[in-house]
Amino acid sequence: MSDARISLTVDGTQIQALEGQSVIQACDAAGVYVPRLCYHPDLPPAGHCRVCSCRINGRINSACVTPVSQGMVVENDTPALNSDRRVIIEMLFVEGYHLCPTCEKSGDCELQALGYRLGMAAPTLPYLWPQRELDATHPEIVLDRNRCILCSRCIRASRYEDGKSVFGFEGRGIHMRLTVDGSALGDTAMAAADKAAHVCPVGCILIKRTGFRTPSGHHRFDKAPIGSDIEAVRSVPKT
Amino acid sequence: MDIAARVEPGPRKIVIDPVTRVEGHGKVTIRLDQFGKVDQARFHIVEFRGFERFIRGRMYWEVPVIIQRLCGICPVSHHLAAAKAMDQVVGVTKLTPTAEKVRELMHYGQILQSNATHIFHLAAPDLLFGFGAPAQERNIIHVLRRYPIIGKWAIFIRKYGQEVIKATGGRRIHPTSAVPGGVNQNLAADERDALRRDIENVIKWCCDALEQHKAYVEAHQKLHREFASFRSNFLSLVGPDGGMNLYDGKLRAIDADGKIIFDAVSPADYRDYFIEEVRSWSYMKFPHIRSLGRENGWYRVGPLAQINCCNSIGTRLAEDARREFIAENGGGPVHPTLAYHWARLICIIHCAEKIKELLFDDDLQGSDLIVQGERQPRGTACIEAPRGTLFHDYEVNEDDQVVRANLIVSTTSNNEAMNRAVTKVAEDYLSGQEITEGLLNHVEVAIRAFDPCLSCATHALGQMPLIVTLEDADGSIIAARTKE
Repeated sequence: MSDARISLTVDGTQIQALEGQSVIQACDAAGVYVPRLCYHPDLPPAGHCRVCSCRINGRINSACVTPVSQGMVVENDTPALNSDRRVIIEMLFVEGYHLCPTCEKSGDCELQALGYRLGMAAPTLPYLWPQRELDATHPEIVLDRNRCILCSRCIRASRYEDGKSVFGFEGRGIHMRLTVDGSALGDTAMAAADKAAHVCPVGCILIKRTGFRTPSGHHRFDKAPIGSDIEAVRSVPKT
Repeated sequence: MDIAARVEPGPRKIVIDPVTRVEGHGKVTIRLDQFGKVDQARFHIVEFRGFERFIRGRMYWEVPVIIQRLCGICPVSHHLAAAKAMDQVVGVTKLTPTAEKVRELMHYGQILQSNATHIFHLAAPDLLFGFGAPAQERNIIHVLRRYPIIGKWAIFIRKYGQEVIKATGGRRIHPTSAVPGGVNQNLAADERDALRRDIENVIKWCCDALEQHKAYVEAHQKLHREFASFRSNFLSLVGPDGGMNLYDGKLRAIDADGKIIFDAVSPADYRDYFIEEVRSWSYMKFPHIRSLGRENGWYRVGPLAQINCCNSIGTRLAEDARREFIAENGGGPVHPTLAYHWARLICIIHCAEKIKELLFDDDLQGSDLIVQGERQPRGTACIEAPRGTLFHDYEVNEDDQVVRANLIVSTTSNNEAMNRAVTKVAEDYLSGQEITEGLLNHVEVAIRAFDPCLSCATHALGQMPLIVTLEDADGSIIAARTKE
């Protein structure tokens, strides 16, 4: 990334960006929230979830893997794009077991928070009721695959931040599953202090014996919708 | 359709499906012989919840939050019973004063709102308008219209209880504050102050409601004494001094004469004292006291048992009411089924008094919330839920997963008693009679007195259709009528 500054337009508003930034990085810096799930600012982007899809120079692309360019025109907060995002969120909900009322991640869950932000009152698609396994073999960490949304954050964190490659995918398409480097999580080199244990956007990877320690109403998304922290720093001049 | 006009001579079966103004789904079948006399009466629970099975494999700290979802009326009881069991799993035998009192306060709020729901919303229409009154009058809307003061109690006492739950648990219906070893929040000072403002009114309304009910009993003494009435054993938790303790204590069972069957039994030993019998025609088990056997070991739980089993109540107004209740009903254990309502109102007063006491206890604003101990493989706990003694029993493996769960929900313990009540009413009111909707409601009145929570989840409140079918001995439908 260089210090060269370029300008682009997001939803009709001109913002400044650094050359080499991705669209989502530029938007974050400008206080424009682009909905996302697999993107994490500390990790290399993967373009897996497609929630950050924007219309960029007339074509649909993932904002997390598309670099900015001078004069780029980005459509982000439009009814059509948000409708598509809502359907993606719905598909993720019905593909697993996301029982928010009893999940310890409720209130801190990015999937749930996006559902609220995008106006998903309840899934309209049929549930798939997959067979998923809960792996509690690790003394400090629980892996509940019922809630995995295949974002790959844990895979990237383990590989690039922890240097361990504890996680990976197996299978393809609808059969893709999160797997671990061993017969069970307890057999791996995973540690509770690892980055991979703290980047899960949902309630799939959790630190044991810490659930429900935060009172109701005090979670990250209990008081403000997801993305509010990004929008709070917004200081974009109107074009 | 006039049911009686269509009935042919011979044996027949009456089905009340579903029973209304109770929590959950159940039905009643009554078999009449060829002379129209009651041959058999049963109260069936026709739904299956399965929580004991699907809690298996979940992490133990999730249990207090998951398990409470089996009920929308008394979730706090399940939340706290599970939390108490999980206290043992994390090796905690004594909570911090703040944690203990936050939980207690939540529990009293829960019983207050649940008992208020029952007495005012579910039972009051029968008591105020008559068991055989037109169906369109037997509902809370008509209570509000005809008796606005009672309607006010119905709304505000229940609301107050729910506000207590929210202040201590974060939510009005499914709180999440009780965690293994303690609680995740104390009672905020501003919430405490808001609750303090209304507590005197709540206590007064509860006392006024009791006076109103006593006047009803005075005017209907024979009905109160004899309707669905029978003698039984009783079971409840009591405190170390034998006094009422709805949050914690040891198990005490008494027989119909008030003689102790067992006392000071730790909830952890419940399997030595109880057997849960399964019968093919109901999803609800039939627990009974092991030493007395199936025929004699059944017992009642709930407000009537809570009053009958204790030596005293630790709050003044409720204790005065208890003494009067016992004296006015023969001096010993009180048996009439309708006495549940009177007992329930005494419990409401006790809860309101306890809430007041706790609202002026500074421990509620403490910051020492959670303690830890040495992990144990099993946790068993009891609590006095609004409907009676509730058992939660869990085994947890080394990976922190639940491997076995057993619940004896309060209503389960009243199963045999409710069946006897149904039989008694059927024999007293239906045998040889022309069957009318009003007479069938008498059967439901007997069931409602127990305030059963059949699914521990759903609530009918009179909005579900009542389907009555008459069948001949081989099951052919002779006549059917549906009330929307």
